[in-house]
This record gives sequence, structure tokens and C-alpha cells, in this order.
Amino acid sequence: MSRPARALVVNAAVAAVAIVTLVPLLWMVSASFMPPGAANTMPPPLVPRTPTLEHYVALFTRLNLLRNFLNSLLISGVTTIVSLFINALAGYAFAKLRFAGRDRVFQLLVVGLVVPAQVGMLPLFLMVRGLGLVNTPWGVMIAALASIFGIFMIRQYALGIPDELLDAARVDGASEFQIFRRIVLPLLRPILVTLAAFSFLGTWNDFLWPLIVLSDERKFTLPVALASLVGEHVLDTELMMAGAVVTVVPVLILFLVLQRSYIRGVLMGSVKG
Amino acid sequence: MSADPRGTHVTQTRAGWLFVSPALGLIGVFFVVPVVVGLLLSFTDFDIYALGDPSVARIVGVRNYAQIVSDREFWGALRNTLTFVLGGGPLSVLASLGAALLVNARLVRFKSVLRVALFSPVVTTLVAVAIVWRYLYHPHYGLIDFALRGLGLPAVDWLGDPHWAMPAIILFSVWKNFGYNMLIFVAGLQNIPEEQYEAARIDGAGGWARFRHITVPGLGPTFLLVGVLTMIGQFQLFAEPYVMTAGGPLRSTVSLILLMYEQGFRWWRLGYAAAIAFILLAIVLVATLVQMRLQRLERR
Repeated sequence: MSRPARALVVNAAVAAVAIVTLVPLLWMVSASFMPPGAANTMPPPLVPRTPTLEHYVALFTRLNLLRNFLNSLLISGVTTIVSLFINALAGYAFAKLRFAGRDRVFQLLVVGLVVPAQVGMLPLFLMVRGLGLVNTPWGVMIAALASIFGIFMIRQYALGIPDELLDAARVDGASEFQIFRRIVLPLLRPILVTLAAFSFLGTWNDFLWPLIVLSDERKFTLPVALASLVGEHVLDTELMMAGAVVTVVPVLILFLVLQRSYIRGVLMGSVKG
Repeated sequence: MSADPRGTHVTQTRAGWLFVSPALGLIGVFFVVPVVVGLLLSFTDFDIYALGDPSVARIVGVRNYAQIVSDREFWGALRNTLTFVLGGGPLSVLASLGAALLVNARLVRFKSVLRVALFSPVVTTLVAVAIVWRYLYHPHYGLIDFALRGLGLPAVDWLGDPHWAMPAIILFSVWKNFGYNMLIFVAGLQNIPEEQYEAARIDGAGGWARFRHITVPGLGPTFLLVGVLTMIGQFQLFAEPYVMTAGGPLRSTVSLILLMYEQGFRWWRLGYAAAIAFILLAIVLVATLVQMRLQRLERR
């Protein structure tokens, strides 16, 4: 095969793979604008013949999905900000501050990475219940406010900060916390953006733990609300697609905006093994 | 603050522990303690009565484990989970590798747009796209069966047929996840020196030979990493069957975590559910060790 012919074949194959990958998402968006019942006709329509916003209106008025949207936003936002700060403090200390027992404690932490979170979920539920946090956003957030993975990523990055910079600040009389705030945090900015994207998307998309903790539909996060909605509205294809769009589009936009940072995180997290 | 080495040493020790303590405290209380308590819980008969009054719970030794081993539900869930891991795992790694080779091919245009497009299912909300796929799998109106019929193939009742429900979940999960490992493979491919390919080409090696003798060995460490991470993730199968099939039809898609969830949070048999969780942990640990050992043997 000649080079142009080969290029054509390869690019056509790639385009086909990309289209097949995107069809479910495109169909989701398209069906969400179809009038009730239109998606279930033959042959399946690919674009709405008479586009309508009625499902979005129904979701945000009759079905009160806005509340669930705000719950998700609150839980993901607070978890991201608080965990970023706590993980950054710890990750930096494990990388740069010299203290006895540091490396042993860090090794123990890394062992915890292989234990799936579900293993501790039953006692965790009993604890959350004991603290009176069942059916509250705090109950959902509490276990995610520090993460071994986050500490690990920040430590890897912080190892690259030159000691001379920190020592110079110490000679100038800066306290360790001032050094952290004025020198270290700005230097960690790229990895903090990466982790923020990971943390926000991870919390937004999380399902099992919020499903366990939340029992009142007004307190549900979007994924839990959606899973419960599909129980009653399984026949309302177009409505459910609108619900899926409302859930997925915010994280897709966030990913598109932060794609460089996010992809760097995927690759960094994979170097460690 | 003095600049003498001993003075900074003391402040650094204090600051060090101060900086790590919020994280260690949270991880200790909300991760380490629950895991340890979970192990203890698995040796008790903690149930809905104990939920009201914990003093009712008694230590029953290994009774939960003995019951699990003789429970057909458990063996079904284990079989389903292993089908998902052993069937879906290699399939998903192969899909990732194939996509990575395509995206990385020299002749391909618009690489960065392509990468983002293929990666996008990874960042979507699992529950939401599982619902989307439920409709795509619909035997009458779904796009997938419509495409099959268009190709002259028989339509399949994907989620309604006990033989097809797990393959349907596997297919969905490959779509959802292949982009992640694809990125890791692309990075691995870019680490293989171009000179190796040039040298092989001069020696007259064809495309397949170059793939077999340069690309595959060059990706060796990447395979181990991708294999272990994929497998650990796949053993945690839960939301897909919960949303798409509720474990059915005929319990053919109940996974270990779904069984744990049902036993623990629907029937409130927390002791029994904790035992399931620890059996899962043991399986994950053994499988991880086996995979690492296999890869090491292969490299010799």
C-alpha cells in the first residue's frame, strides 16, 4: 500500500473508533431534546425532529433535581478544597521536612493503597451513624477529607522542590507554616490543580458511599437521585437522558477545561505502580 | 528562629508531625479503624437487632465464613465477579492497547483531539452512562440491536437474558474505561526509543515482528501496572449491575460488592457482609501477588 493510502486507512479506522466511542454520549444529548416517546420509535431517530426543553423543565421544577445538583456541588466542592489543603500539608511534610519515623509512616500509608475502600464501609457506616451524620452531607464527605493517593501524588511532586530555597527562608526567620504558605503552596500549584480535578470528579461521580449514607431524596447527590429516578421513570427514556446530561455535562466541561492537568495526573499516578 | 542546625531540626520535627497529623488522624479514624473493626465485625453476628442495641451482638468465631462457603448466592457472586475480571480485564487491556497504537500511529492526524474524545467516557458519571447504556441495550428500540439487525445479525436481549447480561456489562465497562489505560500505554509507547524500530526496519523486520519483539517487551512494566490497577478496580464491580440489572436476570450479574451491599445495607446482616468484604480483600491481595509473580517469571 502506498503511504497516502495507508494514511487514509489508518485515519478512517481512528475516526470510526472515535465515532463509536462518542455515539452513546451524543445520543444521550440528542434524546434528551426529543418529545416523550420519540426515542422509542422505529427506526431509532438520531436527532430530535421537534426539539423540546420540556424534560429539563420537568427535572428542575416538578422533580426538584436542582436540589440534588446543589448537594453534589456542595459535597464535591468542600471535599476538594479541604482535602487539597490537608493532603498538601502532609505530602509536603513527607517529602521535605526531616523528622524521625517519617519514612516508616509513609511506607505504611502506601500499603493502604491496595485495600479497597469498600472493606471498611460497614464499620464506617456504624461510626457515621454513631456521630449522627447519617443523611447529612458531612457523613458523605468525612471519609474523603484526606486521601493516601493525594498525599502520595503531592509528595512525589514536592520532592522536586530544592532544599536551598526552604533553608534560605528558614535563615530569614520564616516559620515552617509561613514557608509552606508563601513558598511551597505556589510551587505546588500544578499538582494541586491536577488533584483538584481528580478529587472533584471522583466525588461528583461517586455512588456507593453516598447511596449508603443518604436516605432522604432531598439529600441525595445527583448519581443517587438519578438511580432512584430511573426506578419510577424507566419508561421515560427522554427524561432520563436529560437527567444523565445534567449529571455528566458539568464534569465533562471541567475535564475539557483542565484536560492537561488531568491527563498529567493519570500519567503520574501510573508511574508509582 | 535560630539558623543553627539543631534548632531547625527540632522545629522541623515538630512541624513535620504537626503537618501530617490532620491527614494521619483522618485516615486513621475513617480508614484504618473501620478496616480493623470490619475484621472483628466479621467474627460476630451483628445484625438489625444489634443496630438498635450493640450489646446484643455476640462473637461467633468463623461461623459467618462457614456459612458463606456453603451459600450458593456467594459462589454465584464470586463466579460473576471472576467472569467480569477475567473476561473483561484482558478485553479492556487489549482495547486500550489497540486504541493507544492507533492514537500513537505516525500517520494519524488531530492526535490531541482524538485522545480527549477517546478518554471522555472515563470522566463521565458511571451511574448516568450506565442508564444511557440501559436504553442502548433495549431489545426493541436500542441502537445496538438496531445496528446488529442492520448488519444482518440476530438481535440480542442484552440485559434480559442471563447468558448475555454479564457480557453486556463487560462491553459497557470496556467502553467506559479503556481510555484510562490507553493514555498509560501511549506514554509507554513514547518511551520506546525510535532507533530500535529503525534498526529492526533495516534488518527487514515486518510490522508484526516489530510489534512482537520491540513494542511488547518495551511495554513490559506498563502491562504489569495496567493489569494490577485494572484488576483491583474490577473486583469492586457494583454500580453497573446495581443500575443496569439490579443483579438479574436470575442473579446472573450479582457481584461480590453488590452481595455485600444487599446483605449489609438491605438485610442489615453486618457481620455476614463484613466477612464477604474480607474474603474479597483476600482474593484481591492473592490475585495481585500472583500477577506480579507471573510478570516477573516472564521477564526472566
